[in-house]
Amino acid sequence: MRAFSYHRPDSVDAALRGVAGQSGTTTEAAVKFVAGGTNLLDLMKADVMRPERLVDISRLGLDRIEETADGGLRLGALARNADTAHDERVQARYPMLSKAILAGASAQLRNMATNGGNLLQRTRCYYFYDTGTPCNKREPGTGCGALTGVNRIHAILGASDRCIAVHPSDMCVALAALEAVVRVSGPRGERTIPFADFHRLPGDTPHIDSNLAADELITAIDLPAEGFADHSTYLKVRDRASYAFALVSVAAALEMDGQTVRTARLALGGVAHKPWRDPAAEAELAGRPASLESFRKAARVLLRDARGQSHNAFKIGLAERAIVRALAEAAGVEHP
Amino acid sequence: MIAKPTIPDPLDRPGSQIGKPVSRVDGRLKVTGGAKYAAEFNTPGLAHGYIVSSAIARGRILAVDTAKALALPGVLQVFTHENRPSLPWFDRKWKDDDAPKGSPFRPLYDATIHHALQPIALVVAESFELARYAARLIHVTYEADDHQTDLREASAHAFTPGKDKGGFQPPPKPRGDADRALAEAEVSVDLQFTQAVEHHNPMEMHASTVVYHNDGTLTVHDKTQGPLNTQTYVCNVFDLSKDSVRVISPFVGGAFGSGLRPQHQLFMAALAAITLKRSVRVELTRPQMFSFGHRPETLQRVALGARKDGTLTAVIHEAVQETSQNENYVEVVVNWSGQQYTCDNVRLDYKLARMDTHTPLDQRAPGAATGIPALEIAIDALAAKLGMDPLELRLKNYTEVDPNTGKPFSSKELRTCFRQGAERFGWHKRSHAPRSMREGRQLVGWGMATGVWDAMQGQAVASARLGIDGTLTVGSATADIGPGTYTAMTQIAADILGLPIDQVSFQLGDSNLPMAPLQGGSWTVSSVGSAVKAVCDRLRDKLAGLAAGLNDGPLKGLRADDLVFADGFLIAKADPSWRMSITEVMRANDLLVLEDEARSIPYYKSQMQHALGTHSAIFAEVRVDEDLGTVQVTRVVSAVAAGRIINPKTARSQVMGAVVWGIGMALEEESMTDQSLGRFMNHDFGEYHIPVNADVHDIDVIFVEEQDDIVNPLGAKGVGEIGIVGVPAAIANAIYHATGKRLCDLPITLDRILEA
Ligand SMILES: Cc1cc2nc3c(=O)[nH]c(=O)nc-3n(C[C@H](O)[C@H](O)[C@H](O)COP(=O)(O)OP(=O)(O)OC[C@H]3O[C@@H](n4cnc5c(N)ncnc54)[C@H](O)[C@@H]3O)c2cc1C
Repeated sequence: MRAFSYHRPDSVDAALRGVAGQSGTTTEAAVKFVAGGTNLLDLMKADVMRPERLVDISRLGLDRIEETADGGLRLGALARNADTAHDERVQARYPMLSKAILAGASAQLRNMATNGGNLLQRTRCYYFYDTGTPCNKREPGTGCGALTGVNRIHAILGASDRCIAVHPSDMCVALAALEAVVRVSGPRGERTIPFADFHRLPGDTPHIDSNLAADELITAIDLPAEGFADHSTYLKVRDRASYAFALVSVAAALEMDGQTVRTARLALGGVAHKPWRDPAAEAELAGRPASLESFRKAARVLLRDARGQSHNAFKIGLAERAIVRALAEAAGVEHP
Repeated sequence: MIAKPTIPDPLDRPGSQIGKPVSRVDGRLKVTGGAKYAAEFNTPGLAHGYIVSSAIARGRILAVDTAKALALPGVLQVFTHENRPSLPWFDRKWKDDDAPKGSPFRPLYDATIHHALQPIALVVAESFELARYAARLIHVTYEADDHQTDLREASAHAFTPGKDKGGFQPPPKPRGDADRALAEAEVSVDLQFTQAVEHHNPMEMHASTVVYHNDGTLTVHDKTQGPLNTQTYVCNVFDLSKDSVRVISPFVGGAFGSGLRPQHQLFMAALAAITLKRSVRVELTRPQMFSFGHRPETLQRVALGARKDGTLTAVIHEAVQETSQNENYVEVVVNWSGQQYTCDNVRLDYKLARMDTHTPLDQRAPGAATGIPALEIAIDALAAKLGMDPLELRLKNYTEVDPNTGKPFSSKELRTCFRQGAERFGWHKRSHAPRSMREGRQLVGWGMATGVWDAMQGQAVASARLGIDGTLTVGSATADIGPGTYTAMTQIAADILGLPIDQVSFQLGDSNLPMAPLQGGSWTVSSVGSAVKAVCDRLRDKLAGLAAGLNDGPLKGLRADDLVFADGFLIAKADPSWRMSITEVMRANDLLVLEDEARSIPYYKSQMQHALGTHSAIFAEVRVDEDLGTVQVTRVVSAVAAGRIINPKTARSQVMGAVVWGIGMALEEESMTDQSLGRFMNHDFGEYHIPVNADVHDIDVIFVEEQDDIVNPLGAKGVGEIGIVGVPAAIANAIYHATGKRLCDLPITLDRILEA
């Protein structure tokens, strides 16, 4: 671990002063916020991230979960993943989100992990973690080890020839389906970022994960009023029953009209550099009967551009089955 | 002193400590943090080492730039091949008790890189964090050569090893003509198997704390399965006398074989301590735990032929395993296939292929854990083809003698394992056809397999010291890597001298104690336990003699056989009112302590005339998700025949833990190699998957009655490894029964199920 300085402000303004003057995105910043520390500290110990200064944001009072004026919920950036998942309002109105959070990590980690940190956790690609190997995300220009190496857990959608890493979060998949909004404070005041615009695809700049600026702080995540409580689920497929990242995960949320789907939200995890949504697939479901056949059709639309690497082509078929299964569960359709 | 073996006698009397589910005598120390592990011994002025690992898999180091690291205040030294002190040249100086034929790996010896993650430098600093930071400032330039880490390619140059390691037997000569019998068989199966690399990954990472004393002597706290092995290695490599190196390793946080050989952190810590004349600790990181020995990758073929009634007519088992360029690591993989079933035509073949990896290393049930699943999956496939119940097929070809040697088993209660295991599991309710036990989207399947492991015994010495207050201390330089050695030895000693458990203590993990072999191969109870029994038998005889010689005592003239030892008393069998306490006997003889030492020697003669083994029957239930390919092992029954069970509680833990590992072997564990880098990539617990609680459901362990007077004076065979053997096959067979898919590549991850 490199030497770094540490600072623990007690107001948002003071925290922002701590990162003021940095340009670029948060991923590249030399001064970083530390929340639960469950991701950042591991990466520092592995010498993957080398911040010069840490600004501890655990005392900013951003750990509340509150009602919003439009009938939604505001999740404080510093509220713990465990407290969020077990919050009665979240459980009753956004059960898919609660389920997604609880499908991630372990009880101990969820007790430390915060909502803001969860959004900015970094990929679990082996090459990203192993400083003895090439990785464009860790060291731009060194190449992508996974492309020619072990890539069983890697992306099938939206990848580039520079990077095939996936975003590892479960929570974010549900937030994408819910169309949450990320609230941010910075030197230019407050702004909101629609969830779909928060994370990025790798393209030519895989070293940048998100569109958050280096001098900005996430203060909260707003959930819209519609929580799809009656017809939604989160399905996570992984290599063991707990404590493993998703090979494929599905957040499925429906508004039903009897046996007909009125609107659908479908987000995939474990398959791309960001939670994956596709309007065409969701449009395919809208107005159609809730049947296995139409679910399969939608899945195929969503996966139409999916491309496997040497070890992960199985994810394409797996994702299709997982989507059908999740939609069937959300719709309450019997799976024979 | 050599003690004659005695007949297993005093063990079964009422009040016996042997066979009782005694809780671990060291349990309190472990749960309160009082038990100290190798990296927990602190000493003033302790310096910390951090190892730099190679980025390439094969080639040479051209330059190591240590300037930046050395410039940091608090960095004491950076050791590399360029500045290391003189080291021995002869291979024999580097050999340890578990070394196979060849030239052992020598850390920091020269510029050559033999395998990825090879340790190439050691930074020593005032703190661990500083050493780790400094290690990152070291810049290494390499010249890379092509490497070979692909076993399929390497196997083109496979060769047949000799008797290249202690305990290894090359396969027996073929009997009959197996290839012809296979070709002519009425029913046959012919399957190919792969077993992935597994790393031992005990919870405690490898660590050594070497305490440097002013007179130049060392106290070494090492993670080891044999303190004497550590001592010999340090003495040989650094040219020190035995009395200047003492190894003290009272606790080991699991090892599973990884502590059978001295690992490079020991070398590094000793090197730094001796050179810097300071105490030094070196602890590996979790990724570095993937930088040394491992269960070797294995390719296998098993072909079986049978008559329509199930009589086996042909058994062919071929295996190719990886080894390193410098040593011939061998394990018994195929021999078991000639031993399990009666068959006239058997051909077994075992080869090695060299790769640019670290030498593999014994891992829980080495060889059997790999070879038996292949055989037992093939047996299941044959049963399916014959339309026969797999248990019936096994019984049809059951053998009471070892067909490889013609020798009878000293004992083999496998039939009882089959019967009791099947009963407990409800095997008779199984529907024969695959895919016939569905529950919604879950396909339910039941499978079974047989397990086998050797029952071995080595020579060992134990010492004992009995105080006039009736407290007994027994010791031997063995280890306790978790099976409960402290507890079992305490029970044996307490039993023989008729003392309450809390008056007896057992010492281990200290090179000053009498000789014990490495703790491995499930032979500690057998070897060290027999020595403990021998020395306690001697004390018992002495006490009896002392009591008999007391002219006015109640036990005058009686012999040890005429007495019962219980509750601290010597009691006449003829009349229990004739009794003396140990304290009375010693006081009357003016003795404060009674001391002795004894060596136990196997019953070589009778053991040579028999096949010695533990056996098990495993029954497993799985639920396979038809859409997603995920597998839950919902039930396992493991029925084990392992002779006398010294402690059913710790023995049950051993078997349960091994079944859990068997689940991992079947479904999850795999060190994945990037072939272009020649490097294991998933080297942490986030991505190297072992079972978590949610993967483990009902595990039911049965120990069947088994009498054995030949394996050792205790009649106890040891249960450290038998629990894992065969479990992957039972699970794979259950998956076949659930899905109709025959999966022969371990681990059976969900993609393999979906794509089969
Ligand atoms: C072994 C293991 C298994 C795991 N398994 C899973 C899993 O299955 N599914 C899953 O979803 N997750 C999993 N996780 C990841 C876990 O969810 C994340 O580590 C956690 O959510 C990160 O939150 P934190 O508060 O600890 O973040 P930190 O580590 O403190 O920070 C992470 C990043 O976010 C930035 N940051 C934090 N808060 C803010 C803010 N308010 N504004 C701006 N920047 C901020 C930090 O600067 C840092 O770059 C696992 C983690 C581990 C260690």
